[in-house]
Amino acid sequence: MAETAIQEKEPLFSSKERKLLTDPLSTNNPVTVQVLGICSALAVTTLFYKALVMSVAVVFVCAFANLITSLIRAHIPKQVRMIVQLVIIATLVTIVELVLKALNYPIYKELSVFIGLIITNCIIMGRLEAFALSNKPWRSFLDGIGNGLGYGFILLVVAFFREIFGKGTLFAGSPAELKLIGKSIPSENIEYMINTAATSGWESWFSWYANNNLMVLPASAMFVIGIVIWVQRSWNKDLVDIS
Amino acid sequence: MDFINLFLKAAFVENMVLAYFLGMCSYLAVSKTIKTAFGLGLAVIFVLAITMPVNWIINEWLLADTGIFGTDLTFLRFILFIAVIASMVQLVEMIVEKFSPSLYNSLGIFLPLITVNCAILGGSLFMVSREYNLGDSIAFGLGSGFGWFLAIIAIAAIREKIRYSNVPPALRGLGMAFILTGLMGIAFMALMGIKLD
Repeated sequence: MAETAIQEKEPLFSSKERKLLTDPLSTNNPVTVQVLGICSALAVTTLFYKALVMSVAVVFVCAFANLITSLIRAHIPKQVRMIVQLVIIATLVTIVELVLKALNYPIYKELSVFIGLIITNCIIMGRLEAFALSNKPWRSFLDGIGNGLGYGFILLVVAFFREIFGKGTLFAGSPAELKLIGKSIPSENIEYMINTAATSGWESWFSWYANNNLMVLPASAMFVIGIVIWVQRSWNKDLVDIS
Repeated sequence: MDFINLFLKAAFVENMVLAYFLGMCSYLAVSKTIKTAFGLGLAVIFVLAITMPVNWIINEWLLADTGIFGTDLTFLRFILFIAVIASMVQLVEMIVEKFSPSLYNSLGIFLPLITVNCAILGGSLFMVSREYNLGDSIAFGLGSGFGWFLAIIAIAAIREKIRYSNVPPALRGLGMAFILTGLMGIAFMALMGIKLD
């Protein structure tokens, strides 16, 4: 009887639980507000598809690392908690690496170093320290998914702008590659939607356009994230840094 | 001479933060004042300088197929490296908590997060892929730690000064730090490719 009463008090998706999922997407975003997990954000955002695979991997690792840590949180001595957490994360990352290797080898080869560096992605460790060690498994799991998605969202926004302005494509490297703007080369079957090499018709209006090579450099990721933060904080004045 | 070259190269030419953008998380979050930046920078130098040779010994003596087990165990590299790093960080945490409680409180969660500072695991992985020997790995560890220390001090100094400037409110703090780092990164790009031999 007592058990059912507790379950009624805590439904699977109360507003509190839903907040765990939606907060990291905006007001408590791991990248732009908590400042965690920037390193990999810079390296994998040159291509949208790479960023997408990376986001999925991080959501998976973050959610399950949170779940497992929360399940055994009562048995972890405080002094060795970091090593325990890291072993959990490293195991999950190894799983991701092997699965990716089996499913999609080309993208695995492109990402290989950064799949390994998910271990040192501060978001995961940060959430384990700040949330999973003191909360119930289901809530920790949702928190992990929410934070993974919040990270992935920023990654995708940055990658979107960097790929379009840096290369003129979208989803390059995947089967669904879109060539948006650039110089078509008919002899090599490269055709862009807006062909800047065209000499007549409306496409010739774009003949001045050239890809911005700055967007391919890692430094540009800093600028794009800076601008994302600017936009977000202009929207939500509560986040403005008063210090 | 080689060691000095390697040290200077790791600190300036191939700066962890400004050339590879590793270890950004704590770099951005703890660079609000020079004092905390200084403390964290020293901790990072210490951890890098110790983990590098220890990881070198583990990699050569335990994991390589010429090591004491005689088989190739390199698939365990990530877990062992990160375990060494985590124990070193735990050690530093205890030392700081004992000797400087105020610094311990101001560093907060970012002290345990040195473990997941990409610069430290990244340093060990660079060491493996570049086939450094033991002496090189010590020089590289010290150099990259010093480079990281310099970068965080530099950004902290700029951020302390920029507080008096008229920055748009929404860009104040973090947003400006990102843009500053991008500019510093572009400046350091000029040093890339320079050889000191």
